Parts: sequence; C-alpha cells; structure tokens
Amino acid sequence: MFAFVISRILQSIPVLLAVALISFAMFAYVGDPIAIMLGQDFTEAQRAALVADLGLDQPFWVQFTRFALHAAQGEFGLSYRLSRPVADLIAERAPATLELAFCAAAVALAIGVPMGVYTGLYRHSWLSRAFLTFSLIGVSLPTFLIGILLILVFSVWLGWLPSFGRGDTVTIGWWSTGLLTWSGIKALILPSVTLGLFQLTLIMRLVRAEMLEVLRTDYIKFARARGLTNRAVHFGHALKNTLVPVITVVGLQLGAIIAFAIVTETVFQWPGMGLLFIQSVGSADIPVMAAYLLLIACLFVVINLIVDLLYYAVDPRLRTGRGRGGH
Amino acid sequence: MSGAIARFRDSDLWWSFKRSPVTILSAVVALICVGGALLAPFIAPHDPFDLASLNLGDAFKPPAWDEMGDAIYPLGTDDQGRDVLSAILYGARISLLVGFCATAFATIFGVSLGLLAGYIGGAVDSVLMRIADIQLTFPSILVALLVDGVVRAAVPREVHDQIALFVVVFAIGISEWPKFARTVRGSTLVERNKEYVLAARVIGVPSLRIMASHVLPNVLGPVLVIATLNLGLAILAEATLSFLGVGVPPTQPSLGTLIRIGNDFLFSGEWWIAIFPGLSLVAMVLSVNLLGDWLRDALNPKLR
Amino acid sequence: MPNPILEVRDLRVEFPTRRGTLVALDSVSFAIQPGEVLGVVGESGAGKSMTGAAIIGLLEPPGRIAGGQILLEGRRIDNLRYEQMRRIRGREIGAIFQDPLTTLNPLYTVGDQLAETMLTHLPIRPAEAKRRAIEWLELVGIPAAAQRVDSYPHEFSGGMRQRVVIALALCAEPKLIVADEPTTALDVSIQAQIIALLKRLAREKGTAMMLVTHDMGVIAETADRVAVMYAGRIAEIGPVRDVVKAPRHPYTAGLMASIPPLDRRVERLAQIDGAMPRLSAIPQGCAYHPRCPKVFSRCAVDRPELMDAGTTDAACWLHYKSPAHA
Repeated sequence: MFAFVISRILQSIPVLLAVALISFAMFAYVGDPIAIMLGQDFTEAQRAALVADLGLDQPFWVQFTRFALHAAQGEFGLSYRLSRPVADLIAERAPATLELAFCAAAVALAIGVPMGVYTGLYRHSWLSRAFLTFSLIGVSLPTFLIGILLILVFSVWLGWLPSFGRGDTVTIGWWSTGLLTWSGIKALILPSVTLGLFQLTLIMRLVRAEMLEVLRTDYIKFARARGLTNRAVHFGHALKNTLVPVITVVGLQLGAIIAFAIVTETVFQWPGMGLLFIQSVGSADIPVMAAYLLLIACLFVVINLIVDLLYYAVDPRLRTGRGRGGH
Repeated sequence: MSGAIARFRDSDLWWSFKRSPVTILSAVVALICVGGALLAPFIAPHDPFDLASLNLGDAFKPPAWDEMGDAIYPLGTDDQGRDVLSAILYGARISLLVGFCATAFATIFGVSLGLLAGYIGGAVDSVLMRIADIQLTFPSILVALLVDGVVRAAVPREVHDQIALFVVVFAIGISEWPKFARTVRGSTLVERNKEYVLAARVIGVPSLRIMASHVLPNVLGPVLVIATLNLGLAILAEATLSFLGVGVPPTQPSLGTLIRIGNDFLFSGEWWIAIFPGLSLVAMVLSVNLLGDWLRDALNPKLR
Repeated sequence: MPNPILEVRDLRVEFPTRRGTLVALDSVSFAIQPGEVLGVVGESGAGKSMTGAAIIGLLEPPGRIAGGQILLEGRRIDNLRYEQMRRIRGREIGAIFQDPLTTLNPLYTVGDQLAETMLTHLPIRPAEAKRRAIEWLELVGIPAAAQRVDSYPHEFSGGMRQRVVIALALCAEPKLIVADEPTTALDVSIQAQIIALLKRLAREKGTAMMLVTHDMGVIAETADRVAVMYAGRIAEIGPVRDVVKAPRHPYTAGLMASIPPLDRRVERLAQIDGAMPRLSAIPQGCAYHPRCPKVFSRCAVDRPELMDAGTTDAACWLHYKSPAHA
C-alpha cells in the first residue's frame, strides 16, 4: 500500500518537471520581462544590473533550478498587470474557484451517476430516451451559452437568483467562503449548474456505456443464471464493476471542471483563479499564467493519486501486486 | 463511378443512414449551416461589414414578429444597427472555417505522428506518446488558451491582429492532436505485425510507402469518426475562445464573438442579440455531433 | 417410465434480424430423467448452447422462444415471468458456463459469491451460508478451503475456478444442471478431473445433467444418453452406447468415423465433406442432405422428424416405415 503510493508519486514527478519546464520557458523567453519591469526609460547600466540581479545572465539550468525551487515555495514573482505577488493573487482567489468546482462536481456526480445507471438498465424506456436527448444537447451546448441562458431565465426574467459575484462571504482564517451565508449559496447555484451540466452529461453517458458493457459480460450472465435478484445483479455486481473506469474519468473530469471554471467565472464574473487567468491571457501577464499552469498540474497530480487509491480500494486484482493488467 | 455509387447504396452505412430520421435531419441541418455560411454574401439581407450601410437609428430593433420590429431585420439588430441574421450568416463562416481548419490541422498532425510512433516504435514512440499523455491530462481548452496567451505575449499587438485567425486555428488544432495520434498509433501497431505488411517489408518496399499505402487506409475509419466528433469540439472551442475575448479578432466576428457582444445587452432586455447566434451555434454543433455519433455506430456495429 | 425432470417439446427459437428471421432451433424435443446425464453434441452453431440458454430462460436478445414448451417436473417454465423464472434459476436448474476465467465476478471473494447464491435461495443465516460455502469448496476439491474462501477469483487457476463455478451451480441443490462446454476452456490435463468431479457430484446429489459439448470422448465417458444436433435440430437421440457403436443417422455415422480410435492405428480418418449450412441458408428437406452419402430423392423435398430407428430415434428418411398398418 505504502509502496504503491510512493511509486505513484514518483511517476508523477516527470510530469510536474515537464510542466515546470514549460512554465519556466514561458517565463524566461516570452516577451521581455526587463522592459516590462523597468518601464519606458532605462539605461543600459540599469538593465545590466537588473539582469544580474534576476540571474538572467546565468546558464539555463541554473535559472531553471532556481525557478523550480522558488516555485516549490510558492514564489512566482510579481504580476506584470497588477504589480502584486502572484502567490497572493492566487491565494485570494483559490477559495472561490475551489468551492465552485466542488459544488459543480457534486451536482454532476449526484445526478449523472443515477441517470447513467437508469439509462443503462432500462435502455428502451421513454425516460431513458429523454435523458439521452438531454445529454446530447448538453454535450453540444457550450458552457458559456448555458450560463447565458440560465442568467436570462433565472436572473433577468424570473429575478430569482443573482447573475454575478459570490454574494456575501465569511472569512475563516485565510479562506473566504460563500457557503455560510444565504446570499452566498444563492450566488453559487447558477454557476455550479452551468459548470456541472457538461460533466453531468458526460458522466451519465459514460456510466451508461460501462453499464451496458458490464451487463454483457459472462459473470453478469452467470449471476443471473444463479438466480440472484435483479437488485443484486444490477447494483451489487454490475454497478461495482462499472465503478473502476468511471472513477478514472470522473477524476480527470474534476481537473477539467477547474479548467472550465475559466469560462464559467467569466460569464458570472466569479472572482476566482479562472477569471484571474483569463485576464492574464488577455494582457499577456506571463508570471500569473505560469503559476496557474503549475498549480493546475499539481492539482491533477493530486487528483490522479486519489483516483489510484480509489482503484486500489475497489479492485482486489491490484491489491495482490499483479499490477493493473487484464483490461 | 456508378459502380461506386451502387456499392455505397448497398452498404451498411447507407442503410443505417436511411433508417435513422435523426441522422437525416441532422444532415439537413448541417447542410443548411454550411450552405448558409458559404453563400452568406449572396443570401444575407445586409452586409454587416459595410459601415456605410449601418444606421444607428436602427439599433436595438427586436425581431420582426415583435410589434417594435422591422420586416427588413428578421432577427432584429444589435447596438450598432447591424442585422443579426446577416451577422449570424457571416459569423458562421468564420466559425466553420476555424473549425474545419483546426480539425484538418489536428488530423494531419496527429495522424502523421501516430503513424510514425506506431511504425518506427522505440524511442520516437515513447517520447511522442509521453508528450501526448502529458498533454491529455490537461483539458484542451486550457492548452488552447495557453498557446493563445503565449503567442499574444510573444508578438506585437499589430502583428497579432493580423495573424489572430491562424493563431486560433493552431491553438485549437494543437490541443486536439493527441487523440488522433493515439488511435492511429494503436491501429498501426496492430497492422504493422500483420502478414501483408511483413511481406511488403521482406520484398523491400520502403517504409514510407508501406505506411502510406497499407497502414493508412486501415486506420482511416476511426480517424474519420474522431475527426467528425472533433469538428463539433473545435467549433465549440473557437466559440469559447472568442467569447472569452481571446479568439478571432473583433473585425471578423464569429458566432462566439456575437454572443459575447450580445451578452452585454442581456440585462437591458435585448436578448435576441446573444440568443440567436447562440441557437445557431447549438444547431450547428448538435447536427455535427449527431452525424459523428451515427458514423461511429455505423462503422462499429459491435459498439451498439 | 418415471416422470422426467425436464421435458422439451417442439422447441423453436428465432432471431429476428435485418435480413429476415433466422430459425436457430426448430422442433427440438427431448426429455431428461431424474439423475440422468444427457449429452448434447454437434458442431459449433448447431444449437447446443442455444438449447441450454433457452432452458434456463436466458436467451440473448433478440433471440426468443417462438414455439414449443419446456417443462420442469411437468410444469411449464418457458412462459414464466422474469421473477418467477429467477426463483427457478440456481434453485432448481443450476448452470455451468464455458470459461471459468470470465464467469466469476472479479470484485467479490468466492466465499461471498457462494454465500450470496445460497442466501438468495435457501432459508439460512449468513453465518450458516459461510460455513456451507467452505463445505462446498471442500466438496469440489479446493485445498485449504477455510482460508481460500476469502480469496478473489484471480487468485485461483483456471481449473480451480471451474471447481468454484461447479460449487456455485450446485450450492442451492438444484435437480438439474445445464453444463455448457464445462471443459472446453481448460487444459487437457484438467479436463478429465473436472468431468470426473461433475459426474461424481451429480451421482451423489442425484442431480440430472444436460452436458453440452463438442467432445465425443467426454460424452462417451459421462453421458447416459446422447442427442446429436445439426443445424438447429436433433438428428439422432438415444442411449450413448447405441449412438456411438451403431449410429442410425448418416450424420452421426460420419461424426463417429471422424474420431480417431484409441485401440488401433488407422491410415486415414474419414471426414464429412462440406460444412454445416449457415442458419440463413438451411436447405429445403433434410438439412444434411447436400452432404449425406445416402441421400435419395425424398431427402431434398421433405424434412424428416425424429422417428423410431430401432435402438435410437433418428431424423432420417432411411428409417421411415409407412404407417399403412396402423
């Protein structure tokens, strides 16, 4: 178990290093940081001093090592656009994005999995057809359009829910949460649904496909031949076997949710990391982009680790140390 | 030629097409979208790029069926008095153009690398697939945004405005290639060890020709399916980038740009400026996705 | 003659397809007496496994029973609702499948799967089910059963897994077992052990068995009677000794001639020319007539039903006796 976790962490190091390298390359070679930092007027001497100061005259590997060490401590320098430490900017905005992503994932899982199971089991019922049609439209609707439609209906026409911002937030330590006030929760509803809808349809289609696949297997036929109840066959045997691939995709989708939060945050003016990132792309604010990229990579690594641990819990074939063969 | 048509009519593909009303409907919708976009200069009632013809007095006209509407602007006008229907027709051109080019780029790039990786194997294979793996962990929209952001930072603003369209095509294309490369590599590995390829090698046919004439035709089916489904994704990606304000330049508005403009007027009640381009986008993507789904099912009967 | 445990009358199974309806089984009739082992042989696609699937009520859709009856101890079971049929499966008819590597759920221990089956059908408590699960594993010859009961299927070899499958099929003490190619997927060295085990358990528990296989050797060793199937019909049925030694249907005769005898050397084995027709292209008349060395005019016109051929029943016009005296 312990060895398993360690090996997984070791495997993720090359990925992190590669991403760090890309971040650093962006940092070091895109645009002219010196010109941006010094403004319009500067002398060659000033320039040389700053270059030496920042270590830009040193070899690539020295610079990269220092970048990586700083990055490991959360140091990404100053934002070109806002002239504030990137780490502070991100820390301020992380809670908003994480709360949004968490709520969206909860919506997607809590509704998507049961819908998938239902459509897998009762392929030909009219409700299944309705769900499938809904999922197809969901896949073809861009996230921002879903947001706009929801705003039009629930904010503009009905006036029930706010269309932008987080509402009132409560600060606990450094974490500002919108989950503890009524206006904060109301403000979360539309963005969460917007962000979760696409993942919901995806999870539903995946669970359905896996369910159909598993229901065709010999061990399900044999379970029926043993006279087990439908309930035991469907929820005991079939559902548990669909979980293995579903966990992987859901894990990957959690990463996608955080990335798609960029779009949702723009539509709802949600003060999270995604909005910060898109403003940085628009104004070529490289330090923020680099930091965001690395942060997302770390999040993915953590999510992948959790996915692997869940695998380990669900599938006994992994526990006996034969590796993940056989699929 | 007539033989080919006859063969096609007898094929499972045609049979499953005829049998599915949804597929026929989406083919019709897709044809209308492509036709409308191609013929925009001839069928659009107004020229949205002709500044001289814009009349600010006609701004914010609701659709024609509203009492306030005007019959010459069937779907209303935007804040500058531009005809929404004409803007949609011209916008669909840009959306489809970017979608097709990005998909073509991703397909050619991905298929070539996949063939190389699968056929050559060894270090080339592991490096390419490792890159694909890493890229696949990141959602493609994020990759496209990053590419766009980096180019924005690297080139001066005036230059960027001129090449913006190419940047978007490149950014979307580069974010989608691993899917193609992986599929093609998998099929190539299978094909490479088949007897006919081994035989071709033994008699000294050059590797490149084996790949082009033996391996490629066998991987085209899955590639076609992925490309169709990818077209829908690429159109959505372009719309998303443009909506976020980092896609195509405002001088060449795509459907995403139109929605972005309309979004500002949602609260003042001028819903039609955003909603009609939005519906057109959905119709376009939905029909392409349905065609892709049908193609996938028709080519892999066992997946049903 | 005692009441049969299973009786199949004129069973017909159809598969509606795009190019018309395929008749997979037609006029299949046979009976199995209590404690009897009926072997069912034939080439792939002859309908052996389909017959088994129809009996346990698990035909793959879109396949469906289009005619005839299946009776279990005199009660019709072919028209039961799903829930009624479910209570019969496992409890009264056990099933054994071909590939032990895929018939066990990889995510549950073998003990859990055994206990689950017994708890579904028998009025016992979980502790008792667990105790019996260990007993069953011992009975089917799993060493150190008390420890192995908590193992997962992937921790067993193929032969051991098939023993577990046999325990699963028998643990609710059904009166009939439908065994579909139970040894085909196993190593030759294991096959004999599994057959011996099946035979012993069936005798000890008084369980009747329908043993589907394409291996005549297994049939000769295990079965009391044998049914030979061809293109969805029974060609010949009778006591195993008679069918093997003195086949009455030309197809059976051809089948027997193509098996290498153990007691003497032969220069050349006989073979049947041609191949079994596909279900979509079954010829008119007797399905075997294009390949039959004894074909005559009537064979290509009328389809023969099973008729008395002396020691066995055969579906062949050679044995037709005019009913003039009746």
